[in-house]
Amino acid sequence: MTVADWLARVTADADSRGLTGLVPLLQALARSTEALRAADAEFGHPAVEAAENGAAEPDAEHTEGADRNGRH
Amino acid sequence: MAAIRPASVVDAARLIQAKELSPVDLTEACLARIRARNDELRAFITVTDDGARADAARAQKEIGAGNYRGALHGIPVSVKDLVDVAGTPTTSASRVPGRRPLHDAPVVGMLRRAGAVVVGKTNLHEFAFGTTGDETAFGVIRNPVDPSRSAGGSSSGAAVALVEGMCYGSVGTDTGGSSRIPAAACGVTGLKPTSGEISTDGVVALSATLDHVGPLAGSVTDTALLYYAMLDGDARLDRVPQPALDPLWLAAPGPYFCDVLDSDVRRLFGAARAGLARAGHAISDVAIAHADRIADVYLHIVLPEAAWYHAPMVTDHADQYSPGVRLRLEMGAYVLAEDYLRAMHARIALRRAVDRALEGVDALILPAMAIGAPPLGAASVEIDGREEPVRAVMLRLTQLFNITGHPAIAIPCGRGADGLPRAVQLVGHRGSTERLIQVALAVERTVAGSPREQA
Repeated sequence: MTVADWLARVTADADSRGLTGLVPLLQALARSTEALRAADAEFGHPAVEAAENGAAEPDAEHTEGADRNGRH
Repeated sequence: MAAIRPASVVDAARLIQAKELSPVDLTEACLARIRARNDELRAFITVTDDGARADAARAQKEIGAGNYRGALHGIPVSVKDLVDVAGTPTTSASRVPGRRPLHDAPVVGMLRRAGAVVVGKTNLHEFAFGTTGDETAFGVIRNPVDPSRSAGGSSSGAAVALVEGMCYGSVGTDTGGSSRIPAAACGVTGLKPTSGEISTDGVVALSATLDHVGPLAGSVTDTALLYYAMLDGDARLDRVPQPALDPLWLAAPGPYFCDVLDSDVRRLFGAARAGLARAGHAISDVAIAHADRIADVYLHIVLPEAAWYHAPMVTDHADQYSPGVRLRLEMGAYVLAEDYLRAMHARIALRRAVDRALEGVDALILPAMAIGAPPLGAASVEIDGREEPVRAVMLRLTQLFNITGHPAIAIPCGRGADGLPRAVQLVGHRGSTERLIQVALAVERTVAGSPREQA
């Protein structure tokens, strides 16, 4: 289900239950869900990874100074 | 009434052990503080006067007979009213009918084993589902530093009780920052141990995989004593590690974590960093991968997990929830299983990213909260000319470590121009809460003291 389809359905359901205050929250959640889904490749979704056969980016990068191992 | 009013658990414990202070008198002094200030600040929901007096008398008798158990013996503590204490209602600060447990939660049992005196159950943001302490059936919780301000949340009453001298240690819970945020807002210390370290049995759940139980107290040493007591009932003073003596290696996460900070947090965090560097500690900058996804991942875990736990109660008692809490629970019921699993998968990558950022260093250092305590009732705050939603900005710097399970501690680092406390946060390696405490003891020496000490 696309996020747009999901939002239409849950907004209609919330309206039908008289929960009109929920609609702006659901709209914000929909934006968050879009962002989460867009990050599938970033988080190494197994299907996306297999399709792209790409390497994941490093999980953390020390950018200034050195740690006790001398790593920068 | 206690003629001596010690400022810390450590001071009180030394006096009690030396029989220069009676647990009965110390408990009466705390109960008197509750009577004097609770109507205004609403720190407590239930005050267990009779039980506390009985516990204190028992402690006094045991200590008199030479059976001293450790630094928590005879020390008044509070328990967040999300945690079961036998014979008292667990209200979760809600009008939704609560439970009246016959047994203590294991964490309370451990405190009793250490000899602590439970003086009452503290107020909170309803069902721990909020950061501001203004959605509660038992009166809005006010910040003692400025009663027009929030005390943070959700363990709001726990922090207020400490600042006001109503107790010496508090049991809090932390699902996205609920111990560290009120600690930062009120100027005390709050610890979230490693995930799973302290039992959450007998605690009303918010989010089964994000929930933690942890202590709040007036200093790192006091917090460590509470932590040991909650962990296994053994709170001997000699168990608290010495502050790390060698120079520390710390890493400060930059992007995302320092993007949205009020000017006082930015200034005081900078001063803390500079002070640590002058003291000989090394601080490098680090970027944590995927940081800009933290809120999305958190939301898609906490909402459906909370909705699942509350489903039976929402069905039967929907109108008895605070409006904001009910809407968040209703929202969670709409999250698709696919997106919950997507967030749980992302969680693994975030955990790995924090592990990676910690490689070669003792701890991460960052602000605990991006703002000072916000005005009660405010939906947004202005930072650098932009309106930011209060709830999101309060959770912004703490929720990652609930997702990943790393131990984290908030320590006061001074007051802003508004007179309100600000705090730094240290994050340790998973499974190494004791080492984090050791690091925190060293950092506490160089960052500004607590509001109590500054007053």
